[in-house]
Amino acid sequence: MTRKDVSLVLRLFLDSARLQKKRATLTIASIAWGTVTILLLLAFGEGLKRQFSRNERAMGENLAIHWPGETSKVWKGLPIGRPIQPRIDDIATLRERIPECDAIWGEMRNSRTAYSYGRKTVNANVTGTSWIYGDPRKHYSRPGGRFLDARDEEEKRRVIFLGYELADDIFGKEDPVGKTLLVNNSPFTVIGVMQNKTQTSSYGNPDRMHAVIPITTYRALFGKDQLWVLVFHTRQPEDMDMALARANEVMSVRYGYDPTDKHVWGIWNTVEGQAESAKIFLGMEIFFGLIGALTLIVGAVGVANIMYAVVKERTREIGVKMALGARRRWITGPFILEGMIYTLLGGLGGALVAILIVTLLGLIPPDRAKVIEFMGKPTLSWPIGVATVAILGTAGLLAGYFPARRAASIDPAETLRYE
Amino acid sequence: MTTAATTPVIEMQAIRKTYDTGKVKVEALKGIDLAVAPGEFVAVVGPSGSGKSTLMNLIGCLDTATDGSYRLAGENVAGLERDALADIRNRRVGFVFQNFNLLPQISSFENVEMPLLFGGIAPKKRKERVAELMTRVGLADRMDHKPTELSGGQMQRVAIARALAMDPAILLADEPTGNLDTSSGSDVMSIFADLWQQGRTLIVITHDLSLARRAGRIIEVRDGRIISDGAAAA
Repeated sequence: MTRKDVSLVLRLFLDSARLQKKRATLTIASIAWGTVTILLLLAFGEGLKRQFSRNERAMGENLAIHWPGETSKVWKGLPIGRPIQPRIDDIATLRERIPECDAIWGEMRNSRTAYSYGRKTVNANVTGTSWIYGDPRKHYSRPGGRFLDARDEEEKRRVIFLGYELADDIFGKEDPVGKTLLVNNSPFTVIGVMQNKTQTSSYGNPDRMHAVIPITTYRALFGKDQLWVLVFHTRQPEDMDMALARANEVMSVRYGYDPTDKHVWGIWNTVEGQAESAKIFLGMEIFFGLIGALTLIVGAVGVANIMYAVVKERTREIGVKMALGARRRWITGPFILEGMIYTLLGGLGGALVAILIVTLLGLIPPDRAKVIEFMGKPTLSWPIGVATVAILGTAGLLAGYFPARRAASIDPAETLRYE
Repeated sequence: MTTAATTPVIEMQAIRKTYDTGKVKVEALKGIDLAVAPGEFVAVVGPSGSGKSTLMNLIGCLDTATDGSYRLAGENVAGLERDALADIRNRRVGFVFQNFNLLPQISSFENVEMPLLFGGIAPKKRKERVAELMTRVGLADRMDHKPTELSGGQMQRVAIARALAMDPAILLADEPTGNLDTSSGSDVMSIFADLWQQGRTLIVITHDLSLARRAGRIIEVRDGRIISDGAAAA
């Protein structure tokens, strides 16, 4: 394209554009509508995804929970059906032998534990575990309290950390921190209450319903040494497979079972679940994107359609311009420009509307709308923007290109001959 | 004029044009030999379907011949690309149509300016040239009017001004008086006569005998061939 081409195309485009404001407005509106659709769909999808994974992560990430089971294979003269029962002192060995894990802990659990405060008694689970459980399991304390720490564990302190729903059940509107309650008739001091969180996955009960005490205190109180579950946490998800292989190795030697025996442990590896739901959400995003893209393409087809009509209507005009010496690109240029400008303006308008809607929805406080707690807030991200621009650009080019090609194929001799 | 007076402006040899409409092939021109010298005023006459419109399209480079050779102002036109043909039309040919073919949404000024735009003439020169041409056809005061605000005769004068814009080698007119009443028609005819006197080469396709009689040479086309070619009966 030379400078002459550019200025000519621009001039010819302006000549024709000023004639058809109404048509231009409608065309731009249809593209804007398509843009709003695609952006909102993708924004809702993104918000849902983020909220979902936030809720899913509320239990913690990169965890593998091991429930002990029984052997199903004969091993060195030992029969099948032998229960494997990990104990507290296995944990130190496991921590030493599995460098991939940044946290390993055991949990003991007693369901239907009686919590009494004043004249009120509530039954719920109590979990006895290590103080390192707090961070990976997202047991964050409300302001004014704390989770268990190493000294609590060392000194077998009678301290308790409460799930927020359990705390509400026992204490009502009172602040539980610092208060003493009875756990199966033994006095415990409340050191913290968990922050609210929307949690969609759990083993045992949702975290809001249980209470946590130091594992050492638990052993002293209930007189048990056997773990209910053994939990492994890695910093990176890709380290999990290695960590679990080592864990199996260590435990099979310690307890004497066939390392290939899959029945010894019931394992829930959340890393696999994370990958799985990432795939599901990718699929969902592609689906939303497709619906949006189709809507936009309908808009683009509308633009192309209108421009075909324009080409047809202006056949004689195009023929005349050709007779006067217009080169092919001076004929096609204005049409392509028209298609692109309509798409651009429509895209910008649609994007503004979509941003406005998303911003307004974002202003709704989550505790006022329960839906948002699960659906999440619609979120516009850069990838969404890039995808939309790409789709819009393609649509705009196609909308202009085909009618322009039709215009260029006009035979001036044919159009000028008859009335 | 870009060519020496001795070489013809139009030089056609054994020109054939066949339209292929799928199953049927229509031979519109069956071997035309034609030479037009600079400054000639040629009228092409013939019944409809004789091939005279096809001939005009070929002369005006709106279409290319199936066979034969054609030189326009010394330039070989056969086998040129569409864009090259567009350039030749822009520089060498001025068209005047029966139905004027002015662009209705733009002013007469912009209509006359259009070929200058395509010819890459600078804006200032364009303006001067358009003003000069509009004065010449007697419409200096109508430059801002749109074609729809003009009478038929005025529209055709604007069209003539447009055809002359790039100072072409030939002025090609297809029934230029066909849509005009007698008085506007004779206005147009006298403009043509003036142009001829100024040494311009004119080719007019017409049914109008009074217009044909003003030409210096009448070519009669029938059935795709030239059947007579001679000086107009005075």
